[in-house]
Amino acid sequence: MSYFAGEFDVAVIGAGHAGIEACLASARLGCKTVVFTINLDAIGNCPCNPSIGGTAKGHLVREIDALGGEMGKTADECMLQMRMLNRGKGPAVHSLRAQIDRRKYSDTMKHKLELQENLEIHQAEIVSIKKNNNESWQLVTRMGAEYVCKAVIIATGTFLGGKIFIGDVSYESGPDGMFPAAFLGDSLKELGVSLRRFKTGTPARVLKSSIDFTDLEPQAGEDPVIPFSYETERPLLNKVLCHIGWTNNETKKIILDNIHRSPLYSGMIHGVGPRYCPSIEDKIVRFSERERHQLFIEPCGENTEEMYLQGMSSSLPEEVQLQFYHSIKGLEKAVVMRSAYAIEYDCADPLQMNNTLEFMDFPGLYGAGQFNGSSGYEEAAAQGLVAGVNAALKIKGKPAMILDRAGSYIGTLVDDLVTKGANDPYRMMTSRSEYRLILRQDNADVRLTPIGREIGLISEERYNRFLQKQELKKQELKRIRNKVIAPSDKVNNILVSRETSAISTGIRLVELIKRPQLSYEVLKDIDDDRPDLDPNIFEQIEIEIKYEGYIKKQLAQVEQMRRMESRTLPHDLDYRTIKNLRLEAQEKLNKVHPTNLGQASRISGVSPADISVLVIWLSK
Amino acid sequence: MEKTIAAISTPLGMGGIGVIRISGEKAIQIADNVFRGISGKKLCEMKGYTAAYGKVYDNDEPLDEVVAVVFRNPHSYTGEDVVEISCHGGVYITSRVLRCILDNGASLAEPGEFTKRAFLNGKIDLTESEAVMDMISAKGKAAARSALGIREGKLRKNIDEVKNLLVDSAAHLSAWADYPEDDIPEVSNETLLNDLHAACSKLESLINSFETGKALKEGIDTLIVGKPNVGKSTLMNFLAGFDKSIVTEIPGTTRDIIQETVVLGNAVLLLSDTAGLRDTDNPIEKIGVERAKEKLNSCGLVLAVFDGSRMLDDDDINTIKLLGDTPSIAIINKSDLDLVLDINYIKTYINDIVYISASKGEGLDELISTVEKVTGTHNIDENAVMLSNERQRECTVNAVNSLKDGIAALENGFTLDAVTVSVEEAIQFLLELTGENVSEVVVHSVFSKFCVGK
Repeated sequence: MSYFAGEFDVAVIGAGHAGIEACLASARLGCKTVVFTINLDAIGNCPCNPSIGGTAKGHLVREIDALGGEMGKTADECMLQMRMLNRGKGPAVHSLRAQIDRRKYSDTMKHKLELQENLEIHQAEIVSIKKNNNESWQLVTRMGAEYVCKAVIIATGTFLGGKIFIGDVSYESGPDGMFPAAFLGDSLKELGVSLRRFKTGTPARVLKSSIDFTDLEPQAGEDPVIPFSYETERPLLNKVLCHIGWTNNETKKIILDNIHRSPLYSGMIHGVGPRYCPSIEDKIVRFSERERHQLFIEPCGENTEEMYLQGMSSSLPEEVQLQFYHSIKGLEKAVVMRSAYAIEYDCADPLQMNNTLEFMDFPGLYGAGQFNGSSGYEEAAAQGLVAGVNAALKIKGKPAMILDRAGSYIGTLVDDLVTKGANDPYRMMTSRSEYRLILRQDNADVRLTPIGREIGLISEERYNRFLQKQELKKQELKRIRNKVIAPSDKVNNILVSRETSAISTGIRLVELIKRPQLSYEVLKDIDDDRPDLDPNIFEQIEIEIKYEGYIKKQLAQVEQMRRMESRTLPHDLDYRTIKNLRLEAQEKLNKVHPTNLGQASRISGVSPADISVLVIWLSK
Repeated sequence: MEKTIAAISTPLGMGGIGVIRISGEKAIQIADNVFRGISGKKLCEMKGYTAAYGKVYDNDEPLDEVVAVVFRNPHSYTGEDVVEISCHGGVYITSRVLRCILDNGASLAEPGEFTKRAFLNGKIDLTESEAVMDMISAKGKAAARSALGIREGKLRKNIDEVKNLLVDSAAHLSAWADYPEDDIPEVSNETLLNDLHAACSKLESLINSFETGKALKEGIDTLIVGKPNVGKSTLMNFLAGFDKSIVTEIPGTTRDIIQETVVLGNAVLLLSDTAGLRDTDNPIEKIGVERAKEKLNSCGLVLAVFDGSRMLDDDDINTIKLLGDTPSIAIINKSDLDLVLDINYIKTYINDIVYISASKGEGLDELISTVEKVTGTHNIDENAVMLSNERQRECTVNAVNSLKDGIAALENGFTLDAVTVSVEEAIQFLLELTGENVSEVVVHSVFSKFCVGK
């Protein structure tokens, strides 16, 4: 029997990384919000790697923080080790990554949700979703509790129709032994949402004391620790080491001898797996010329001896896993505490959504995270934030928050998903952004905090600190533009030692910082009146000065893109009525329903000639 | 509704037939207004791909005997209803027929408008339509072959080679940046620099080919110079095939620059006849001489004409000295008469000498081969790929500029992210050139070439 359980503005299904940001944003923007999770202990769970950030993902975390999201702060609170990846490869690709205590992360997030005003948390499986006559939505739990709400955000991760595979063993399950969401998929299909199957996987966890670290290369964190959040008080401390190991010919042989037992190769798994996150058997088959593959051994937390074997995900039978793990130097006697597994799940085609992540055919219904075909905690959190904010803004009758490609990786992610779709689980990469010299991790606050303030997720206090920082930056920029460095032995010694030309007349400090061989840091001894500022200010100034030419060029490209984006296309346009468009373009455009010409030009299958036709059509 | 357009579709003043094409919804109706078939059948009663013989009338005045061919949409060049009226060539008749059609409700087509409609109606794609435009305007046979080459995708193949090289570089850079902890080979600055230089020089030679292509297609500005009455106008007429300059025995008859397009083998020459170069007090003639001198500095080829039957005089020597660096051919006219000219003096200034008799029409073959040699069109690879229009050239120039930014970043010790964005920008310009969709070529390449991921 069912019963009426409550009325809410926004309901979020799932409390993983997407669901968390979605329900926090919605509640913080003043909407009465409820979040459902199959298990309260699954809130903020990290069922795969115990780390947050990484290339391009670190950018996402910074951007979430700059907009007023939670992931960055919590990652800082739970960090065990922090590294800035890609130092030396250029500021566009610098990315922060934290090893985190996964249990602490989950507990911290759960606690934050519990403390959040306007937010109710329920352990419940949603089994049915329906649209009421009055445009509201009705959700029903397995226990028959009926909830009525104005907007629903689906963030079901790998729970939706989840099925685990280990060799020839398979069973219906969510991640980490949780129950799957077994009924919601059918209800969504009945509603008219089109679903498909994706798969992902995770490696084994082994007992720390069973690993021989003697011949494994240690990898330490970086000091001083740079936090994700612009709000985190420093200093933070590195607490753990990771280790690097290698597979060998023996590992390869064991895997190839047993490859027929992998459910992927035997055809049991139908879901599409991520290209960038292949299982070890995938890597060995696809790159058969390689003799060895790298793996990282990462601690799962401070109060656990579980170690995560990054690079070794697998769906081979358990006894084969044991064999090949034991073939690896250092893991000969490893005790496997959790086996590697592959998991298949239902997700939606994001082409059904617009760039607020709302389904075009179902106003008030939003998707976020793996449900939208992405992969990764950070990608999920970013979408959760976008969906949560936009659901709330719509209910409040305010204009939507639409982040564009030129302003953020979050905008790029959403645009990619709703414009190009995802044929395999989508992972963020720096190479996905054409504006990456502008979209840097160091300037996420400059790009997004004003937007966060406008929508109401950034407090006045934080915003004032941000404005103050911008003012200090302006003053510092003025200082280095005016300050003249006179030639002297001391100065020229530094210059010559850095293999850049000595000076014979006075030169402005800014010109020295501009030289590729020099930096703020190198010049500190000849810059006696340098103020003591947030290191991030120096970082931003240095990059903006050094890369000025390239940044200007990208800004010009942005201008061009925005001109295209300013030409809006009618929402209800049936592209089949524009006869001059090629058939493929008509179909693709009808599927995506781009909001403007810029978005239309990014749809695969729409050629520049089709865009010319649209331009002519628009000017008629 | 699109307006119905009409234009003369064959080059003016050439050939025995002139074709006027009418395209659009009212094409057949308008044609019926001016055309009366011998059989009495109306064009609107005819099927597509059929022709009728009859006359075009301006009101009741018959203008010409013509053949009208009806094409019904979508089975026509433009995809619309089309009528093509073939009348007798000549500027006067074809223009009268066209005027008559325009008077009956058609609008004059803009240059390329038929092709534009063909493109918009999905009859041809963008690069094809560009190639067609080039074919229409291709004046030499080499240019026509090159245009055909584009239709067959040669340019595309050439650009693809450069693009693939760049995508490989970009994918390596991307994998190396996006997967810092995977076992990706180091990006070697030296290899990268070599690749960028290689791509750059391939594109630059394409840009150079544009200039040759332009010369082939649009012709080389050519000036005929020489003192009065050495036979410049006779030469012009000899080359052009009919009287255009006023030819008289009185020195100084040609007072202005007269233009004619002439095809000499592979070379298309935009011939200008000039007033004779001599000191003169006649103010009108003086202006002509001044204009010729001005043009000497800007043209691409000079045909300096001398009278082989007369001694060199000051006016001849002045002519020779005016030539400067402009590629020149000395044409010794009147080879049918005894040679009294001091050839050796001319040879010290002009390398290439051709003997002709313009009035008797002798020496053309030698002139053709010399012109081809001097203009560099003698050894044009008819199959070579050329950029053939401004849009393609602009994309290529942009790509080269991006690559140069990337090379500068590398050479000045910038980090590889600055190089990467430059390389990717170059790829985008090349994709634009070939009309491909902005795509995830680099991302796809990363996953197919590198073993990355946890």
